[in-house]
This record gives sequence, C-alpha cells and structure tokens, in this order.
Amino acid sequence: MTKSRNLFLVPYLAWMVLFVVAPIVLIAYYSLFDVDGRFTFDNYTKFLSPVYLQMTLNSFWYALLITVFSLLVAYPTAYFLTRTKHKSLWLLLIIVPSWINLLLKAYAFIGIFGTYGFANKVLELAGIGTKQILFTDFSFVFVSVYIFIPFMILPVYNALDELNPSLIYASRDLGASPWLTFRKVVFPLTLEGVKAGCQAVFIPALSLFMITRLIAGNRVITLGTAIEQHFLVTQDWGMGSAIAVVLIIAMAVIMILTGSGKRGALHGSQ
Amino acid sequence: MKQLVNLFVSVLVLSAVLLFATYRLNASEGYSGGNTLTIFNWGDYIDPDLIAEFEEQTGITVIYQTFDSNEAMMTKIEQGGTTFDISVPSDYAISKMKEDRLLLPIDHAKLPNLKHIDPRFMNLSFDPDNAYSIPYFWGTVGVVYNRELVGDHEFTSWNELWDPALHNDILLVDGAREVMGMGLNSLGYSLNDKNEEHLQEAKRKLNELTPNVKAIVGDEIKMLLANEEAAAGVVWSGDAAEMMWENENLDYVVPEEGSNVWFDNMVIPTTAKNIEGAHEFINFMLDPEIAARNTEYVGYSTPNAAALALLPEDISGDERFYPAPELTDKLEVYDNLGKRMLSHYNELFLEFKMHRK
Amino acid sequence: MGRNNLWSKLYLACVFLVLYSPIAYLVFYSFNSGGTMHGFEGVTLDWYKEVFQDTRLLIIVLNTLVIALLSAAISTIFGIAGALAIHRIRRYRRKNALLSLNNVLIVSPDVIIGASFLILFTIAGIQLGFTSVLLSHIAFSVPIVVLMILPKLQEMSPTLIDAARDLGANNWNVLSKVVIPFIKPGIFAGFFMALTYSLDDFAVTFFVTGNGYTTLSVEIYSRARQGISLSINALSTLIFLVTIVLVVGYYFINRRNGGKRARLGVPTQ
Repeated sequence: MTKSRNLFLVPYLAWMVLFVVAPIVLIAYYSLFDVDGRFTFDNYTKFLSPVYLQMTLNSFWYALLITVFSLLVAYPTAYFLTRTKHKSLWLLLIIVPSWINLLLKAYAFIGIFGTYGFANKVLELAGIGTKQILFTDFSFVFVSVYIFIPFMILPVYNALDELNPSLIYASRDLGASPWLTFRKVVFPLTLEGVKAGCQAVFIPALSLFMITRLIAGNRVITLGTAIEQHFLVTQDWGMGSAIAVVLIIAMAVIMILTGSGKRGALHGSQ
Repeated sequence: MKQLVNLFVSVLVLSAVLLFATYRLNASEGYSGGNTLTIFNWGDYIDPDLIAEFEEQTGITVIYQTFDSNEAMMTKIEQGGTTFDISVPSDYAISKMKEDRLLLPIDHAKLPNLKHIDPRFMNLSFDPDNAYSIPYFWGTVGVVYNRELVGDHEFTSWNELWDPALHNDILLVDGAREVMGMGLNSLGYSLNDKNEEHLQEAKRKLNELTPNVKAIVGDEIKMLLANEEAAAGVVWSGDAAEMMWENENLDYVVPEEGSNVWFDNMVIPTTAKNIEGAHEFINFMLDPEIAARNTEYVGYSTPNAAALALLPEDISGDERFYPAPELTDKLEVYDNLGKRMLSHYNELFLEFKMHRK
Repeated sequence: MGRNNLWSKLYLACVFLVLYSPIAYLVFYSFNSGGTMHGFEGVTLDWYKEVFQDTRLLIIVLNTLVIALLSAAISTIFGIAGALAIHRIRRYRRKNALLSLNNVLIVSPDVIIGASFLILFTIAGIQLGFTSVLLSHIAFSVPIVVLMILPKLQEMSPTLIDAARDLGANNWNVLSKVVIPFIKPGIFAGFFMALTYSLDDFAVTFFVTGNGYTTLSVEIYSRARQGISLSINALSTLIFLVTIVLVVGYYFINRRNGGKRARLGVPTQ
C-alpha cells in the first residue's frame, strides 16, 4: 500500500509543485510590492477599505446564489436523466453547449434578453409587457447558472447513477413516502456528489468576470473583475495579486469547512 | 478499463491526424518557411487582401496574431519568448513602451511613403519626431445618440447626459480614462488632470450620473446601441462609425467642452527578428492606394492625406469623423500619467462603478 | 408513474430548451445576409463560404481541437493519479491541505494563471507556442478531473478491495480490475470537463501563446473590437454539428460494442 501510494503521488506532486505552488509563491511575492516596485503591505491594507470589503461581500453573495440555483436546477435534471433510456447520451448532450465559445453565447444572450429580444416578445404576448432583463441581477445569475450547470449535473448524476435501486424499493416497501425516501435515503447517499458539484460551482463563481460586464453591465462587481482590472488595465499586479491571495485563502477555508467527511468517515451514510 | 483505453487511443489517433492536417496547411501557406513577418494587431484590424498582396509583392510570408487590449499586448512583448515584428498600440501605450524600452527606432529613410501622412498627425506628444511609431488610424471619443429616442438633445455639451429625462438610458464604455475624462471635461478640467480636488469633484459628478447609466460595457456597446437598447452612449469614433452604418437613426458628436483624440500607430517592438521586412510592411501600408482600401475595410479615420483624397466624398467629407483642424485643436491626447496616477484613476472609476443609485 | 414520467420529460425538455437556445440563436443568424446578430434580412450561405476560404481560420480550428483533445487526455491521467493519491492519504489535515492546493487553479482568475504561467515559461526558457499552450491547458484541467473522480473513490467500499486482495489480486490487478472500472464514470466526467475547460479558455492561452500559434477563443475575443463577423457564427455552427454527430455516433458505436460483449458474458463495466 505504502509503495503504490508513493507512485501515484509522484506525477501529481510534480504537477502541483510546478503549476500550483510556484504560481502561488509568485503571486504572494508580487502582492508585497506597490506599482512603483517598492516593498510594502499597502495592498493588504487597501483591501480592508470599504470598496473592497463591499466587493468581497458581493462576490460571496452572488457565488452563493449561483450555487444554490445551480443545485436546484441540476439535481432534478440529474435525477430524471438517470431514468431516461439513453442516459449517457443525454448527459453528453448537456455538456455539448459548453463547448461553444462563451463570448458568442454571451452575445446571443444579449440578443435574447434585450429590450427587443425574444424573451421580451414572450413577456409581451403573455400580457406582462416589456421588462428590463439585460443588466439586472436576474440575467446575471441566470447566465452564470447556465455556464456552471454542467459542473453541477455531472457529479450529482454520477452519484445518483450508482445508487442501488433496491434501496429505494426497500424504503418504499417499508411504507416511506417518496419525499421521505428522498430525504432519508437518496439525498444522503448522493451527498458526496452534491458536495463535489457545489465546490466545482462556488469556487470559480467567486472569481467570475466578463459575464459581470457583458450580462450585468458592470452592475455587479466581483473580486474577479477587480483582479482582471488590476492585471490588464492598471497593471497594478501587486494589488491584483493581493486580492488573489485573499481569494485563495478564502477558498482554503471553504474547503476545510466543507471538508470531505470526518476522519475515517468514508461513506456519506455514516 | 477497455472502454477507457479505447477512448485514449482514439483521442491520440485523432490528434495525430489533426496535427498532420495542420502541418500540411501550414506548409501550404508557407508559415514554416524562413522569410516571415509576424504582425501583432487587433483582431480584424486590416484588410486581409492587403496582406496577401504584400506577400506577393515581397515574397515575405505574414504570420498574423491578434490581441484584445493594449495592456495584454504590452505584457506579452515585455515578457519575451515571442518574435513580433510589428504591433499597433495606441498613443499612451506607445509612450509607455518607449519608457520601458520595448520599441526599436524606425528608420524614416526606408519609408518613402511617409510623406503622405498629414503633418498634423506627426510629431505628437507621445512620440516626438515619430522616432518609434508611424500613424495607422486615429479617432475621437464622443457621444452616439439615437435621434428618435433622445428628444431635443444634440449633446453639444457633456452635461446633457445628466438630464433626468435620460433615466436608465445611457451606456458608457468600460474605460477608466474615457469615463473619468468625460467627468473632468464636463467640469471644464483637462482629461489629464492630476489635481486631487478636481478628480474627487469629477467622481462626485459621475456618481450623480448613476441613475441614467444603464450599463458600463465593452465592445458589445456597438451591438447594443445599434439595437436601440439605449438612447445614447459614450464611445470611440471608430465604433460610432460602425453603429451608424448599421442604424440610420444614430448620430455622433464630440461635445464642445473638449474630449480625447486617440491614435493607433505602427511600431517595431524589440522582439522583432525581421526589421527590414517590418519597414517594408510599414511603407506598404502607407501607400495611398493601399491605405485608402484599408480605410474602407476597417472604417476608422485615416491619417494618410493622400489616401483621404482617394476616398469618396461621403467618407472624406464627413465632419463627424474628419473634423476640421480648429476642432481637433480642442481635443487632447491621453498623457502617460504614470503608474501611480493611472492606478488612482482606476480606483476612482471602480468606486463610481460600485456606486448604487 | 405515467404522470410522473410526463412531468420529468417536460422538465428535461425545458432544461434542454434553455441550454440550446443561445446556440439556436447563433445558428439562426449565421444565415443572415444582414451581417449582424440582430435584424434578420435574408438567407445567405456567404458566411459558410467565407469560412472555407479562410485557411488561417481553419488552422486555428485544428490547433484548438488538437490542444483540447490532448490536454484533456493527459490531464485525465494526471487527475486519476491525483485522486488516487489524495484518496489514499488517511490523515485528515494533510488530505485537506492537498485538496485546497488542488483547487487553487480553479479559484484563481484566468488572468493570474495566465500571467504567472507566462513568467514561469519564460524563466524556464520554453518557446511560446504549441508546447506552452498544451502544458498550461493540462495544468489547469487537472484539478477539475480530480474533483470529478474523488467522490466516486469515496463511495467505493474498502471491502471491495479487500475481497479482491483475498482472491490473490496484486496491486496492479486491484487497480485495473476493481478500482478503475468503479470510478470510470468519474473519469469520463473529468475528461469531458477538461475538454470544456480547454475549449473555453481565452485568458490563459492568450498569455502563453506566441509565434503565430492561436486558438479559436483568442481569435474570437480579439475580433470583438471590430465586431465579430458572422463567419464566426457559421464556423461555430459547423463545429457544433460535427460535435453532435461525433457524440451521438460515439455513443451508439460504444453501445453496440458494449452490447456484444455483454452477450458474450464479458462485463462492460
């Protein structure tokens, strides 16, 4: 056992040292210099100003919203998918749209959500009348969920697919209602998949950018947007790196809090 | 296990086939040969036919690579590892690249066509005597508005944007210099102002604009305004020309308080390998007939006087895009403010974006 | 059950409708003779002709595909090793530390990854181009593969391995006959997610590419300033159609083969 563990660790650790640890060291190093290349902790004190704290709060709030809605949409989708005839084909077809360039899809959404777009035509026909959809919180969360949904569906689907159907039958035979069966049997057994999905959505959602401009019209400013600005516009790599360091620490804290199981607990059922 | 192995083998085989196809295509285009010129330009910022003509004339094969912002381009050139022979940065980026010693001097003796450039576009503050850069296109920043949607406004003043009647009906371009510049200009200050009080005043004034601002967007602003998503927008003249071509209700104006005039110039970065070829290319692009065709394709304003004369009257006579010299005199080029000041401009712009109604 | 079934079909239909609506929009306007993505004027095939005449664009498409396929395959292998390695670590703290490090690349915005990779590559003296782009795509795809495989490993009961060992299986046999088949769905999920990451990436590729080597995303983004031509829509439509054909074809071929093996008594899993 010990021998084989070392073997698996070799390629993985090599990757980690080269492409994770080295960049982190670089970022941490850069975060300690100001625009003029002087050594300073100013970047971190600046992060504590109301503007950046507000932005951090925004980022977490929107990432949370996006994760919750992704899960709400993805779980039933994954559940129904496992019961279709050609289930793995349908699953692949869920992923295929994400292979079309994001900028193009965003442009399409601008067209669909625009004042004279398809969505508003439907609203008008329904008698509701034209509404501003583009550049609102709604469109931002909607498109973000659209982007992240495959990352949530996949792990949940995999967890559901492995579920032994006899467990469900047993629970039904014992007189449990479908809801009770879901709560007490199905959901706990798919918890690992849900966790993996939430991590794969929440973590990148924290640093969303681009969509914040294209779909939210810069009405939503996240930490990702700020980093983007500092690296590409201000060329203040120090401040950009400092925000990145904070993000990485935040992510580590989330990982520890949602840590995959307690010591020794290997199954979701325990 | 077998299924997995199958998948990996088919991926490898497919990649090998595709790699071979790429290799053949590259070879047929001559990209793998020795005599090449690498151009680093904005996407779709040149008539592709002209590249083919240049290749035919000189026997040089052009490799065309694109960027989407001055800053990203500068980072790439600064880090090295590339062999760009030509790039097309904007004015403030040129002065910054000069400062960072990323540019090679241009030998005017090798550019007989340089005489066609209008003298008022030569010898500008960001590059005295054009030692490092040759004009490619130029333009202004102003207001695009939809005649059908804005009522009586003609936006001869920036302050008209603050009219409460335009509630939630204005789009701004996502640029700190452009938006802060507009705030400063509307108060009668220079858009290169470094006075802290003036800057704070401009930011407070911009905050008051928030209720009118529908969104702060990037290149998609063209699509949005042409689509009548908003009544007015603050944009670059090149974008304005494209929108007006699509939507006849749109008009463009540069407010009288003053605004920005910008230039995209051709430069030879220090990464260049084919300096001779780079000069040949610049001279080729300066040829009046070539420049005229390029202008018709790209749609921006050309600084080439001889080329302008070749263009039809409805382009060359359009005062909105080729304003008379007395008007352009009121316009300012962005100074290189230095990293610290630029950073401050961006902080203020960020605060404005975070400001909620 | 019948009514339930109907509702579930309806729900799935809605999900697919939303997922494919922007693509339908892009496809629709790829036939627009008006030249923009609004105001449909008339049907034309000019944009498709333009795609086939543009050799540079075709080379870019091929580059993109090669990078996506190779990086997805290689990062899947690294990801499997990574997931197995993390899974075998018993110490809770150490495991979490590794997992956090694993996720750094997912949480870091692309620009930062791109910029720091660029610095790394120039320090290492690697010529920017195919190699640097491939290496970075592998690098940023590994963590998502690990994330997709780990839950499967956690579901696996240790008794399964013990049973295999009791039957005399060595390490390699346990791995190839028991563990890998069990985590296969996770591996596939990881592979396809890696493919998605690679095809979508713009910022990282932009920074680490050079010498004329470009992928489709970089090209599309840099065209935004001048307005994206509908030939890009046409190209995306073609890519989309080919993908659908490949996916459906792959599925049915696989199923047929799988079916045969099953009949012969060879387990497909």
